[in-house]
Amino acid sequence: MVLAAAVAAGCATGPGDEEIAGKSAAMLRTSFRPAGQAGIDRLEQDDTQRSCSAAAGKPLPSELAAKIEQANLATIRYPADGKLLGDWRNGEKIAQEGRGKQFSDDPNGPVGANCYACHQLSKTELSFGTIGPSLYQYLKLRGNTAEMQRYTYGKIYNSEAFAACSNMPRFGHNGILSEQQIKDVAALLLDPASPVNQ
Amino acid sequence: MIVARASLALMALVLAPAVMAQGSTADEIAKYRAALQDGNPAELWEIRGEALWRDPRGPKHASLESCDLGLGAGVVKGTYAQLPRYFADADRVQDLESRLVWCMVKLQGLTEAEAQQTPFGNGNAAKSDLEALTAYVTSESRGVKMNVPARHPKEIEAYRVGEKIFYYRAGTHDFACATCHGDEGKRIRLQDLPNLMTAAGAQKAYTTWPAYRVSQGELRTFEWRLYDCFRQQRFPELVFGSDAAIALTMFLARNANGAPFDAPAIKR
Repeated sequence: MVLAAAVAAGCATGPGDEEIAGKSAAMLRTSFRPAGQAGIDRLEQDDTQRSCSAAAGKPLPSELAAKIEQANLATIRYPADGKLLGDWRNGEKIAQEGRGKQFSDDPNGPVGANCYACHQLSKTELSFGTIGPSLYQYLKLRGNTAEMQRYTYGKIYNSEAFAACSNMPRFGHNGILSEQQIKDVAALLLDPASPVNQ
Repeated sequence: MIVARASLALMALVLAPAVMAQGSTADEIAKYRAALQDGNPAELWEIRGEALWRDPRGPKHASLESCDLGLGAGVVKGTYAQLPRYFADADRVQDLESRLVWCMVKLQGLTEAEAQQTPFGNGNAAKSDLEALTAYVTSESRGVKMNVPARHPKEIEAYRVGEKIFYYRAGTHDFACATCHGDEGKRIRLQDLPNLMTAAGAQKAYTTWPAYRVSQGELRTFEWRLYDCFRQQRFPELVFGSDAAIALTMFLARNANGAPFDAPAIKR
């Protein structure tokens, strides 16, 4: 951070920040090649990705944050049958599964959410990450209201709708998980029988 | 001697599950790593790399000994601590790996494709000369303070572009380098993540690559580290020696300035 500032200050007459951003985006396109299921189109940014990259880890102005959240909220498609909770047993498998969408993954193979990479979920799984908050005892802490079910489904579908530039992938919006898989993960969080709530 | 030390490392590997079972704490993992450090199989790569550096090879039957790694033709000692850097002859910022490829082409007469056809080894099926050469050259910077330059405009630009790439979110999962490496004290599953935005974090991470990866039985270079991070980021495949790879390396290497280089290391 300090170095970045020093380098930037030291070349006040050099290219501006936007020019550097443009060079970076162009350079990425010539520095990657398509592999497996990952084409070069994966490097194209949408507005959310572009704004969050430009923020460079610093807090966003509140107006921009609200704009990003609004735009992402509008993308959420709730299930037509109105049921938001599926089978927590499948949800647990999806939470454990780290494969999916990498160029090294079988395009016809399993696609998981790898929730445990970043979140504590159950008491028994000790191998969990800490990039996201602990979700253990989710039901007890949040309650199983219709509103909470809707928030939970929506958060998994598109995390940016509730926290601009969240580190969490937009599992529904970006087509990582199916509707049924999102229901199953929501059940992992909200079903009283789920290990999350033991 | 080396064989004895390598077998010590193997013993540590066999004992590892028992050690780990006694406690799931970071302390136990640290002890496990310390035990491995006693006999680092990376030495086998260093020895092979030294021979590759010295022996006449390629269509021109020439050695790499007159390759200029930044501190003058033939100087190896301390060079890695000052890379990447701008090279006037190539008119480009190069990291060690891309500089080695450049020298193999210019001095030994290999094509670029030949020089980098196996950037990463795969057991006995494919040995990587570049990994071995990198192991040797980096070992000659052990203990030398990181001092990556930002004098030439292209060095400054590479650093700034590297920083942009560090924050570049894209792909199905919206991941950037910063998603996992921009916060203090985080981990993925049980793996601790260095915060590369602090000097201490960048220093600890950058100065411990290349490393012998116990889980893969391979020595891995910093280019490999970037390649595999981008794979997990759900990006397409990073091209070896590409401008983005070098710019990102420039950003991270320069952020590590001031710390003594301490590799080839050994990691789980």
